[in-house]
Amino acid sequence: MIAGATAGFIAKHLPVLVVLVPLMAAPACLITGNRHATWAIATLASWTSFALTVALFIRVAGQGPLSYSLGGWAAPFGIEYRADALNAFILPLIAGIASFALPYARGSIGRDVEPRQQNLFYSALLLCLAGLLGVTITGDVFNIFVFLEISSLASYVLVAAGGGRDRRAFKAAFDYLIMGTIGASFFVIGIGFLYMATGTLNIADLAHRLATAPADRTVRMAYGFILVGIGLKLAMMPLHQWLPNAYSYAPPAVTAFLAATATKVSLYVLIRFLYTVFGLDDPFEAQTLKLLVMPLGIIGIFAASTVAIFQNDIRRMFAWSSIAQAGYMLTGIALMTPQGLAASLVNIVNHGLTKGALFMAVGMLTLATGTSRLSDLRGIGRTMPWTMAAILAGGLGLIGVPLTAGFISKWALVSAALDAGQWWLAGAVLLSSLLALGYVWRIVETACFGKADETRVIEPVPLAMVIPAWGLLAVSLYAGVQPALIMEGANAAARSLLPHLTGVGG
Amino acid sequence: MDMLFQSLSPAFIYLAAALVLPLSPNGRVRALVLLAVPVAAFASFAAMPYGEYGQIRFLGLALTLFRLDALSWLFGLAFSIAAFLALLYALHLRDSVQQAATLIYAGAATGAVFAGDLVTLFIFWEATALSSVLLIWAKGGEASYKAGMRYLVVQVGSGVLLFAGLAMLWRETGSLAFEAMTLESLATWTILAAFAIKAAFPLLGGWLADAYPRSTVTGAVTLAAFTTKLAIYALARGFPGCDILIPVGVAMALLPLPYALGADDLRKSLAYLLNSQLGFMVVGIGIGTPLAINGAVGHAFAHIIYDGLMFMALGAVLAGAGTIKESELGGLCKTMPWTAGFILIGALSFAALPLTSGFVTKSLTFSAATPLVQDLLYAASAGVFMAAVMKTGRVFFTGTPVISAEAPLAMRFAMGLSALLSLGIGLVPGLLYRLLPFDTPYQPYSLHPVLMQLLASGAGCLIWLALAKLGWLPHELPGMPWLCRKAGTTGAAIADAAKRPWARFARWRKRLLDTGLSRTFRMAGPDGPLARTLPVGSMALWVVVLLGVTLLLTYL
Repeated sequence: MIAGATAGFIAKHLPVLVVLVPLMAAPACLITGNRHATWAIATLASWTSFALTVALFIRVAGQGPLSYSLGGWAAPFGIEYRADALNAFILPLIAGIASFALPYARGSIGRDVEPRQQNLFYSALLLCLAGLLGVTITGDVFNIFVFLEISSLASYVLVAAGGGRDRRAFKAAFDYLIMGTIGASFFVIGIGFLYMATGTLNIADLAHRLATAPADRTVRMAYGFILVGIGLKLAMMPLHQWLPNAYSYAPPAVTAFLAATATKVSLYVLIRFLYTVFGLDDPFEAQTLKLLVMPLGIIGIFAASTVAIFQNDIRRMFAWSSIAQAGYMLTGIALMTPQGLAASLVNIVNHGLTKGALFMAVGMLTLATGTSRLSDLRGIGRTMPWTMAAILAGGLGLIGVPLTAGFISKWALVSAALDAGQWWLAGAVLLSSLLALGYVWRIVETACFGKADETRVIEPVPLAMVIPAWGLLAVSLYAGVQPALIMEGANAAARSLLPHLTGVGG
Repeated sequence: MDMLFQSLSPAFIYLAAALVLPLSPNGRVRALVLLAVPVAAFASFAAMPYGEYGQIRFLGLALTLFRLDALSWLFGLAFSIAAFLALLYALHLRDSVQQAATLIYAGAATGAVFAGDLVTLFIFWEATALSSVLLIWAKGGEASYKAGMRYLVVQVGSGVLLFAGLAMLWRETGSLAFEAMTLESLATWTILAAFAIKAAFPLLGGWLADAYPRSTVTGAVTLAAFTTKLAIYALARGFPGCDILIPVGVAMALLPLPYALGADDLRKSLAYLLNSQLGFMVVGIGIGTPLAINGAVGHAFAHIIYDGLMFMALGAVLAGAGTIKESELGGLCKTMPWTAGFILIGALSFAALPLTSGFVTKSLTFSAATPLVQDLLYAASAGVFMAAVMKTGRVFFTGTPVISAEAPLAMRFAMGLSALLSLGIGLVPGLLYRLLPFDTPYQPYSLHPVLMQLLASGAGCLIWLALAKLGWLPHELPGMPWLCRKAGTTGAAIADAAKRPWARFARWRKRLLDTGLSRTFRMAGPDGPLARTLPVGSMALWVVVLLGVTLLLTYL
């Protein structure tokens, strides 16, 4: 009876519970204080919210979009939470990565944060998770801004948590804060313009009004501000400069979590605005994608990959690789076809899984050796073969070797480019894989063929780090061998955004 | 469960074993257990009815992971035997990387042979390249690293060509099935080029003699068995009866022989000999009649065994005496009597003397060939006799004995087993003939083939003795310069003239690369403007610039 009532309650409030669980668990962590207890609360909250997102995904896949009015106030006046094929596809990634990152943090955070401050760390991580989930699920643009700020403020704190070990983290967090705030301000200015032009903040309502009203300069201004503001958050070249330092100096668990989720959620917001809110009705919007976003994406791929090749710090190298990967996703979005959009969505998930696992493995390496400089890691492959194998497996995914998740994303993007008649883009994507091969090869060469330093002290890596890292890696490898689920989810999402275009093959 | 098990090709037995291998304790027990892997792999398909298993859809492509027919069955058996012998020979080895690489390599080659479509073939094709290079690198040191890189570039290049070819073919025909092809489009030519590189066709096969001698004692045995024979299988499957292969094969049988005679490093000489043997098989595939295909395939089968035997014996010498240079060795039959006996059998099989496996398989090809091709191949046989029997035999049976330890017991076992198989096939050819893909009766021990083979060998023996008498034996000179000098100044002049523009091109390319690289480094290196951490004001400036550009676009 009670079980039935609970199930009914959960089913009824599913969209809001996804956000509410981590949001409420955060202050609980703060009050509890004890680091073991807070870790348990945080982990439980992230796992619960992961289970809820999966339930939501299944429900949306089966029954179609789900709308939830916050506090019973109906849209467009109240705040609407709306799960459709697109965000139900992204939500499990965010909560899932958090479910791996929290156990991992237990093993690694002792290096960065004092025991009695760890409850603060966990509550910041939960706030960040709640913010990211909120951005994704809400159907209200101002609510997106609010949640974006919650997650961003939490992530500045998380990056600064690395300052216990390396004080450069403070500077990185400060730069990140300034830049992130500029981005958020641009975004909220854009929303202001939209409100001015339409008088509504609800996404569905906005889309409806913008589609019927003729485009004027206000809407175009809104479009420009939102594009640049979100472009900064997702590290679109040349607005990427906050990212390398933030990822290099944050604690390993934070880097793994942020790299796999934060920029991905921003990409989701971009997709949501481009394809749902603006709908590309105005030729100007399509022009901008073609003349600005596409070139910046391609420049980002090549420039960031080239920079990655020359990096000496392995974490920095992968941070630059993340900027390049954002370039792939932008080019897919800018193709303006269902195939291109689906390719970007597949890449969001596959790269999230791969990069998360990769940063976790790199974190194990730096924890054991105390350094992340390649020049200090010569011959490490002989002393830590398993960790190197994990890094190599992730690296192969970045190159896009068959049977890895990265191959599926590249394949999807290349075939989308070919379908759109952009053979040069397909060529450029394949060519850029060589650059990825370059930086992965540098690691392999140094780690496996370099002369090992006999005096090096290797500290044991706690099992709490090993298990999540390998677990996430296994998931990413599974996504490479069995791509059907993710492909179908991405295709369904792309179809729902571009219903007027033909279905997606493959 | 049964269905799932059947649908996986035996390749996965090797791969699974390679995966769990690092978990088992490294020692004698593991080495012995490894021997069970090829046996299990063979047992898994030995009694299965022919057919196509493991049909899956991947990214919208219909793939056939496991096609079992007479041809793939025989190569599956050959690779199982090769893997077993190589692992037995390496029983003393305690290097997990080499053991795992051997398993993955054997598994990938097996998987490629059982591949029913070009995509599966491509994946395993690349996997053989990636796993086998570890066997070259295992020797350690700068030279083997560089040789491995060169090998890898060529092998992966072959895979890339295969991929390009299969993509074009797919666009043209909509089919990915790996069946006999005709050379009528760019697609099939590209695929042939991919096979040609791996089969070490003339001018494309430099990697073979470059890489194999630089591998470890045990690695060379493994390498010699799989890569090139996989290519022979692919040619037999994809291009049987393709006329162009006949002249190419003849050239391939003849051209490496001077190099084999000239090389001081006996393993290098053997690598050239291997290349020449591949030529015989390519001729058989080019002729394409059932008899000739039987010859090519049977030869490949026998070759895997006796060629492995030769590499094992030379490896034992390298391990025992510390060198494999002809000029530094002699009288090995005194110190290594077992090895000497085994290598004699291997060498005689190489030269296709009657009563050996080389004879009963090669004569199939001979009897299917036109008289001209036959004569050229007999000439090649004479050369093979010179290089395999006389040159290699000399360091065993003449000269002052070099101090050397006899090969360890497991190595001798492996060699003995190979020698036994070679002689067994030679004495009872019906054993192998029954397994060949086509059912064509043939009797090797008739007057003509026996006589011709003996004549060719005798001629080879006499020429070698004459050259030795005249002092023209090139044992102190490596292949190419010797050929140039003996062929007169013309050859040298041509080679020289050809080298000059190449050198200029190479210099130009190097300069371009150097300046390009340093410029890129200045731009994208850790301190370059692209990678430097900018002050936060400059970061913000970029935001403004981008907003400006976006808003400018509104005026378009």
